[in-house]
Amino acid sequence: MLIRRVIPCLDVRAGRVVKGTSFVDLRDAGDPVELAALYDREGADEVVFLDITASHEGRGIMEDVVRKTAEVLTIPFMVGGGLRSAEDMRRMLRAGADKVAINTAAVRRPELIREAARLFGSQCVAVAVDARRAGHGRWEVYVHGGRTPTGMDAVAWSAEAAALGAGELLLTSMDEDGREDGYDLPLLRAVTGAVRIPVIASGGAGAPEHLWAAIVEADADAVLAASIFHYRKYSIAAVKEFLAARGVAVRPVEDAHATSR
Amino acid sequence: MIAIVDYGAGNLHSIHQALARLELDVGIVEAPDALRDAAALVVPGDGAFGPAVARLRALGWDDRIRQHVGAGRPFLGICLGMQLLSDESEEDGRHAGLGIVPGRVRRLPDTVKVPHIGWNRLRVVRPSPLLDGIATGAYVYFVHSYHAVPADPAVVAATASYGVEVAAVVGRGNLWATQFHPEKSGAVGIRMLQNIARWIVGAGAAVR
Repeated sequence: MLIRRVIPCLDVRAGRVVKGTSFVDLRDAGDPVELAALYDREGADEVVFLDITASHEGRGIMEDVVRKTAEVLTIPFMVGGGLRSAEDMRRMLRAGADKVAINTAAVRRPELIREAARLFGSQCVAVAVDARRAGHGRWEVYVHGGRTPTGMDAVAWSAEAAALGAGELLLTSMDEDGREDGYDLPLLRAVTGAVRIPVIASGGAGAPEHLWAAIVEADADAVLAASIFHYRKYSIAAVKEFLAARGVAVRPVEDAHATSR
Repeated sequence: MIAIVDYGAGNLHSIHQALARLELDVGIVEAPDALRDAAALVVPGDGAFGPAVARLRALGWDDRIRQHVGAGRPFLGICLGMQLLSDESEEDGRHAGLGIVPGRVRRLPDTVKVPHIGWNRLRVVRPSPLLDGIATGAYVYFVHSYHAVPADPAVVAATASYGVEVAAVVGRGNLWATQFHPEKSGAVGIRMLQNIARWIVGAGAAVR
């Protein structure tokens, strides 16, 4: 049976968690290691870290965050943001990340997906796709943290990434990101219909109904959210109870507390 | 010492941390020559079967693992570390495995999304030291595209349903392996690691 995952996302800049709207207007939301551990205790199924520093100093800080997180977390976590090469990916995996996500580097050189899948296995290579509406039923891929349009079609690129060996897609709607109005369901539907690998829905979660809709109406395998969890609008448990009560198979939160640590 | 075999495949850090947290004398070892006497061997691993088995052989781990298992000492395989025990895998061509647990490694069926990434429920089919106190329905974390199909179904202690009945825990005596990641499986995983520690220490490994 496919158990859907609820994944808090931590955008990290210079070692702190931040959150903005449509990738700008960043607000401080806390210490990444502490937040990740809190979400683990609360029943999160995974955690995603996105390094939005994209500088050399930032990379070193991120590696340190990854190492510290790996020491405390009992669930898997993914790291993305600014990973340019197989060597960058290897460093994060060696530091303790379970999965890595590549975005700009994969667009620039799609063959990197195949190389990484061969080196590390598809299951730990995710491709992050940042997409923005570009007319009816069409979405364009953006890179460099949403700053650069590529002219590429997001659905076609998702399918290509899967064919090259990506194990998972992290699909973010730039239009909906941070607005808490719900995921871009047509985008999500188009991508989940085009690939046979797991798709993580991202961008727009503002209420449990939104996560439910992404899963039930657009077949997302996992739902990612940031602000609703960081600012304690909803707990992971509340979201999971909502989903379970409406027939979505999730790992119950009681399970996360089954044994004392 | 409990030796975690480092053959370049994936994340050793998590399992090392998890076992060290239980006060076990545990270390990561790259070359079998550097290891005089291992009370227990742990073979974790993610990634592709072919390159992994080639690296194990190149480093001389294949013989060492066979000797260790042959001597009845505790051995734990995790994920790819479980699949490597099989005779053969169909991942990316055909590759011979270590042949310690007879059977084949097959791709998950295309009726489900592959890789299988996420939590799934265990069905416990027979007792094992790993699953002490863990009942059918417990959730554990899987990340894999291939799964081991043991020739002798009696070695399977737990399964999980994902398109097929996936062997989730296999083993007997002092040889055990899991397709999922106990070190990534939350509280259930911690319980399992405590069980593993008890089993390994009971079989003679030292506590730090």
